[in-house]
Amino acid sequence: MGKALHKVTTAFADGRGLRAAVLVTVALGLVLPIAAGLWQTTRAGLGVLPAIGATELSLRPFVDLIALPGFSSALRLTLVTGLVASALSLVLAVGVCAAMHGRISPRASGRLLTPFLAAPHAAMAIGLVFLLSPSGWIARALAPLAGWDRPPLWASVNDPAGFALILGLMVKEVPFLLLVILSALSQIPLRQHLAAGRSLGYGRGIVWIKVIMPQVWPLIRLPVMVVLAYSLSVVDMALILGPSHPPTLAVLLLRLFTAPDIAMLLLASAGALMQALLVAAAFALLWVLERVGRAIGRWWVRRGGRRSSVEPGLWLATGLAALLFAAGALAMLSLLIWSLAWRWSWPGMLPESWSLRAWSTPGGGWAAALGNTVILAAATTAVSLALAIAWLEGEDRARRARSGWAEALIYLPLLVPQIGFLFGLNVLFLRLGLSGGYLAVIWAQALFVFPYVMIALSDPWRALDPRLARAAGSLGAGPWRRLFTIKLPVLMTPILTAAAIGIAVSVAQYLPTLFMGAGRIATLTTEAVTLSSASDRRVTGVYATLQTVLPFAAYGAAFLIPALVHRNRRALLPGGAT
Amino acid sequence: MRLISTLSILMTLAGAPAMADWQATLDAARGQTVYWNAWGGDARTNAFIEWVGEQTEERYGVAITHVRLSDTAEAVTRVISERAAGRDSGGSVDLIWINGPNFLAMKEQGLLFGPFVGDLPNAQFVDLEPPAPAALDFTVPVEGMESPWRLARFVFNYDSARVDAPPRDMAAFVAWAAANPGRVTHPAPSNFMGATFLKQALIELAPDRAVLLEPASDAAFAQQIAPLWAWYDALRPNLWRGGETFPENESVQQQLLNDGEIDIAMSFDPASAAAAIAQGLLPDTARVFVPEGGTIGNISFVAIPYNAANAEGAQVVANFLLDPMVQARMQNIEVLGAFSVLDPARLDAAARAAFAALPTAPALPNLEDLGPTLPEPHASWMTRLTEEWARRYTR
Repeated sequence: MGKALHKVTTAFADGRGLRAAVLVTVALGLVLPIAAGLWQTTRAGLGVLPAIGATELSLRPFVDLIALPGFSSALRLTLVTGLVASALSLVLAVGVCAAMHGRISPRASGRLLTPFLAAPHAAMAIGLVFLLSPSGWIARALAPLAGWDRPPLWASVNDPAGFALILGLMVKEVPFLLLVILSALSQIPLRQHLAAGRSLGYGRGIVWIKVIMPQVWPLIRLPVMVVLAYSLSVVDMALILGPSHPPTLAVLLLRLFTAPDIAMLLLASAGALMQALLVAAAFALLWVLERVGRAIGRWWVRRGGRRSSVEPGLWLATGLAALLFAAGALAMLSLLIWSLAWRWSWPGMLPESWSLRAWSTPGGGWAAALGNTVILAAATTAVSLALAIAWLEGEDRARRARSGWAEALIYLPLLVPQIGFLFGLNVLFLRLGLSGGYLAVIWAQALFVFPYVMIALSDPWRALDPRLARAAGSLGAGPWRRLFTIKLPVLMTPILTAAAIGIAVSVAQYLPTLFMGAGRIATLTTEAVTLSSASDRRVTGVYATLQTVLPFAAYGAAFLIPALVHRNRRALLPGGAT
Repeated sequence: MRLISTLSILMTLAGAPAMADWQATLDAARGQTVYWNAWGGDARTNAFIEWVGEQTEERYGVAITHVRLSDTAEAVTRVISERAAGRDSGGSVDLIWINGPNFLAMKEQGLLFGPFVGDLPNAQFVDLEPPAPAALDFTVPVEGMESPWRLARFVFNYDSARVDAPPRDMAAFVAWAAANPGRVTHPAPSNFMGATFLKQALIELAPDRAVLLEPASDAAFAQQIAPLWAWYDALRPNLWRGGETFPENESVQQQLLNDGEIDIAMSFDPASAAAAIAQGLLPDTARVFVPEGGTIGNISFVAIPYNAANAEGAQVVANFLLDPMVQARMQNIEVLGAFSVLDPARLDAAARAAFAALPTAPALPNLEDLGPTLPEPHASWMTRLTEEWARRYTR
């Protein structure tokens, strides 16, 4: 017994046992549900769902789905909004980086980006609806100038072409890509390349496009794919900002999944497969574009061309991004104001009368939703953080860099469209008797929280000065003691930041909560999305504000706690000397 | 003297046994807790149900537990699965707020207790003879299997500050929209309110209204529906956003009315405008109008499943809901604002006075203002209508 225990502890100490445990957890907890979910969805999409008495393998669900009125428009709409939003977001993010890098400190840019990264998609969308709609803030500001006594006949939200949806996606995606690019830039010798390029007579913008971007691209390819997959399959933003007649494919599928006629489940599953194929096709398109871009880029670099300037383009991109940020900030502000309003009618820029009534009735629902949201966020973040730390510590002990497949594994849940496997997973959970409970929702949310926590923690973990652990080891500290007394305290700031990101991701989850909770576990996000199609914007404002405040508070804590704990450790303070 | 004895004989023959039965029901009900399965999405309705429970407990010793549903079909499914499991008595559902397709499904499958409505003492205040609204539920004869409790009427809400003369009937919507392009819309017909808008027009425009009460055959559908599409094709280009997109439901539409994006919205509750004004959700100038020939109405009922554990208590509740004083309280705009199902002609002076004394609000119409109640077409018309609409108008 003692011997066996000793063996086990040794196995964990040299990392083999730890890595095996992490591998099994990831395989069973992350890969298996996704694979099993996809398998169930595929079966149902091909007509086999014994629970509703469908047992015959056929392509009928696909045929019926395509025959639905408006299906082809929904497909086209999905492609246009998803591809345009991703492409424009990338172009703007690159443009802003090229124009602003070096002119604004990394800390300041981090502070600027954080609110936009933290704000949940649904809350942002609800705020944008009020900002953009024909009776919204922008139109109200223009009304006295244009002499409108009634809201103009615009279709500026829920428009058939999906422009509002594209804009909403960009407000969330440009900051994300900016952050990703900024972090990639820290890994390449930027200053030297810029200096070399400029000394050869090229303008700043051209150096960015010809020299920097080709080096950045491999580092941001996976995040760009995440953005692409997300834009093509987003549900909550499309419900709120997108057109409804017909909606995007993902919203159409959600309607079919929740239709009273259970035979629609087969069509919905077929559609979920199509959604997955659509994302795969977009990845293939990206791959082709990358090849073509590489060939054209080589030719372009060889050709020279010192006189061409892209500076105006860069400043245009920066201007547009600034407009996006302004829209996002106003959208979030409008939520707060609505929650405090009593009457706020056209064309007033501010409410005519104020009231705390929407806030003063927590028993009316928001207290319960807030409680559920906090429980789910805490549980999913704790699980994800523990797994991520175990994984990284396992890598440390093995003294091995992460292999490509492991990196892909981390990204897997973000690359497969949620709707593609969540329904199948729910069928599975139902059979196991897990559906509708907290455990199922925590599990499903953790699938999406873990990757972000892992990605956020990986770089700071690797950047940790190895001499600290080595010094501790030479003083006789074992691997566990080194982990708990040296690494974790020193890494407190990045760990808390990763936790804040985890909380933000958990709070924002809509589809996993809805599907796995069987509609019974109401969170701020599910309630806010439901309320966005009700008639009381003041109550919606309360939910959306709380939904935004929660991640903000988490980020605030991630900043304040280390500042307090490490107040006498200058090098450990956020942004302190490193 | 002879008259009195004749009366007493008549009483013994007809009235007394019924009264004795009811006393037996009351006795059996005492101490029961009725599990009332009812949609829980409206705070005012929930509060009203709670009040009913307090009252029945005090008066008859019958408590109520409100099982809040998000969809009535949940309760129907529960009863079906109980029967599948062989639980033919002691079921978990005692009373269901029900109407339309759910009632039809339960009635057809023999899942209902009854007929019981005729035995309720307060049923005397309701007109239960077909074609009275309380005798038919989406054209399906009620036959005493469910008891009415509140009235739903299709009405339009509009902002009188912006609209002088709302359309007089459904046909007039075309001219009104042409004069006010983009200022009117309807919820998407996949939503029941949007479908009701089309049904209201169908009833007014169909060549033979009586056919709508029968199941829709192919030939009848094609014939009756033709004028509707002609009307809709003329109306659609002048709808909000050119009839390209529609609000998801009546709540979103009410929000549009509040924002001033449109001038006319619709509701299944005549008190909705007054209630929304009180909640600050519509301007004080919001008012109600109905087309001249009357509008579609349907009645909310309560039904008792065949296996209900507390069927006697459920009958006591159903009877209490029909008490004129309860109905008057329900119609009070400050309480619930749902219209009474009682026949005013059958009420005594005290009850009429109670209704007459109800507080009014400028936006609250009188029952007389609402005109006649038109029956819902047979359910098959709605299914076909919405399918055909989706085919014709979804790009």
